[in-house]
Amino acid sequence: MAKPKKKSGREIFALGAEAVVEGALLAGCSFYAGYPITPSSEIMEGMASRLPGTSDGVFVQMEDEIASMGAVIGASLAGRKAMTATSGPGFSLMQEFIGYGCMIEAPLVIVNVMRGGPSTGLPTSPAQADVQQARWGTHGDHSVIVLSASDVQECLAMTVTAFNFAERYRTPVILLLDEITAHTREKITVPTPDSFEILYRLQPSMPPEWYKPFEETVRGVPPMPPLGAGYRYHVTGLTHDPLGFPTQRPDEIVALLERQFRKIDQFFFDIQLADEIETADAEIVVVAYGSVARSAQLAVAQAREKGVKAGLLKLKTLFPFPRTKLERLAPHCKILVVPEMNMGQMSREVKRVNTGQFAVRTINRVDGQIITPAEILKVLRRR
Amino acid sequence: MAERTQLIHHYLRHNKKFPHVYCAGCGHGIALGSLIRSVHALGWSKDEVVMVAGIGCSGRMAVYVDFNTVHAVHGRALTIATGIKLSNPNLKVIVVMGDGDALSIGGNHFIHAARRNIGLSVLVLNNNIYGMTGGQCSSTTPLGATTTTTPFGQMEKSFDLVELAAAAGANYVARASAFHAQGMDKLMQATFTHRGFSLLEVVSPCHTQYGRKNKFKTVVDMYRWLKESATPLEQYRKLSAEKAKGRIPLGVFVDRDEPSLEERYADLRADQTAQAGRR
Amino acid sequence: MSKKKGQSKVTVYPDWCKGCGLCAAFCPAKVLEIGADGKARAVREEDCVDCGFCELHCPDFAILVTPKDKSRRKDNHVVPAARE
Repeated sequence: MAKPKKKSGREIFALGAEAVVEGALLAGCSFYAGYPITPSSEIMEGMASRLPGTSDGVFVQMEDEIASMGAVIGASLAGRKAMTATSGPGFSLMQEFIGYGCMIEAPLVIVNVMRGGPSTGLPTSPAQADVQQARWGTHGDHSVIVLSASDVQECLAMTVTAFNFAERYRTPVILLLDEITAHTREKITVPTPDSFEILYRLQPSMPPEWYKPFEETVRGVPPMPPLGAGYRYHVTGLTHDPLGFPTQRPDEIVALLERQFRKIDQFFFDIQLADEIETADAEIVVVAYGSVARSAQLAVAQAREKGVKAGLLKLKTLFPFPRTKLERLAPHCKILVVPEMNMGQMSREVKRVNTGQFAVRTINRVDGQIITPAEILKVLRRR
Repeated sequence: MAERTQLIHHYLRHNKKFPHVYCAGCGHGIALGSLIRSVHALGWSKDEVVMVAGIGCSGRMAVYVDFNTVHAVHGRALTIATGIKLSNPNLKVIVVMGDGDALSIGGNHFIHAARRNIGLSVLVLNNNIYGMTGGQCSSTTPLGATTTTTPFGQMEKSFDLVELAAAAGANYVARASAFHAQGMDKLMQATFTHRGFSLLEVVSPCHTQYGRKNKFKTVVDMYRWLKESATPLEQYRKLSAEKAKGRIPLGVFVDRDEPSLEERYADLRADQTAQAGRR
Repeated sequence: MSKKKGQSKVTVYPDWCKGCGLCAAFCPAKVLEIGADGKARAVREEDCVDCGFCELHCPDFAILVTPKDKSRRKDNHVVPAARE
């Protein structure tokens, strides 16, 4: 979705965080609310200097991460493409509003630059320990899209994808980066705006009195007009009927929640993004995401040199978990290696979808250090 | 009198259940009437009004009126309203909160919204209690009052909402009472049209959860008390400390004319665009 | 606004009235009472001075005070439609 149609654009030397800013502006983001937190603050600073110079861009620094999410949701209701960025502790504070965003189906993007935890943890060190929180952090059953990026160019592309998914599916989208990805500086190409597909939320074309803001539709995604456009409706975090008003009727409750899951599930194949590197004949495949995927890519190349039929499945979509990408490996691949900077969060998903085809090996680091290619290579060569 | 009640009916959502959910004699109903009359008097269209409400009795108000309505999460109405106002400053954003909503769980948002002087019209319906959840004490429950969580009397001091908003930098701060609806209409219209963060505290009796436990036999008794203790601010300021005790001053406490955040932001953007043009 | 007695009609919508008693307690002319059915009713309509307290303070929008003589209705007595 976010692949450039042709090679064009300007080259810059940028941090991952700066690439997120470029991506957001390309995607049409015109509202940013946030609260400073290491290691995500460069995104906020970038938006602060860039947004006021755009035709309608708004930047506001709020009093905390709760308020930041509230402002982003308000902006989304008012018709803006809106985002915020944070890190672990701030992400925890946002959870209440993430659930609200899912419930009212507000398109918005949250970037979480993961650092070591729990609690204040390791503010300046990388981790990938918020993976399951991104999926299940807010209370109640909900459906959400979680994406990831492993290098600076990908930070830009995945930010655009995050906005496109948010608008298309009317949902909060979480982009999980880690401290290394956000703080790596490298040369990237900022594509020209017309080289990307940019999506906008569906607008109602029916007369206002026909409009039902939470109506069942074929795609499961009702149109969403901005506040003040003549389609007066009610928005609430309470379980609501198709008109948006609170309901306790069992049939309406189940219809709402099932639609909210289905609108994402039914487009699973459009949403599951992963790069397959040397997997066609691989007997052992590394499943990795974020900065660890770069270590893994080198390890796979080195393993190939040593005659090991290794491959890499680089996950760009973490949730909904891209299980069919794994299933396609089964005929030739017997072993999966899941390296990650946590105690084993994505490997839980891998093990969950594994019905015995694979042996799953995990590599876990929680000491604030990156997982090196050598560590992965060692596991790849183990027989 | 003009036919005010029928006017109100024009602004209600006809597919909602009436009478509304509020208990008999609840001040929130009177405030809702005043709100509708004020919107009408200002000639605002339903489409340009956005009402953002919090959680609690006051939060229920959003369901009933035919505006663009947003029922936020507890305490966070101001944050959503800030996003809406900054995104589209043409919208008339009215925020309705209760005392627990605005001052306890949302206290931080409240002082910061006032500080940044964002152009919101904020109504805090202060009934000194958590009504919806069953009568627990709030941060405006008076010292000594009995509630379900202060069965032996409230030990903590209460917030003075007006003083708090004034100190935090609100552009306009006023207090009205549910017993004085005509005065409330005037103050509410001023709140709605004043630039920047404009606060109207509405003293709204809750007999069900507060009055019954605090020596008010009937809801009418609470309004009698309000009638007797409410004092116009000009008069209140002349009273000795002793005589002022227990009285509730009503009127306009702060009337500043600082530019609002969205106005400042529009200036910034104009500057930036001009600079970009020169480059 | 006329202070003359007996020129107003006081209507209570019993289905919306919750019987809180505010109108009856504070009516300066004692026009309203709470009846045995627990609802407000106008028992001395001829004494109404058209102060409007009950209409403004009814929390349930259940009371109307209107001029009896339709010709006395000024423009502001005609309910203007709310703007969409």
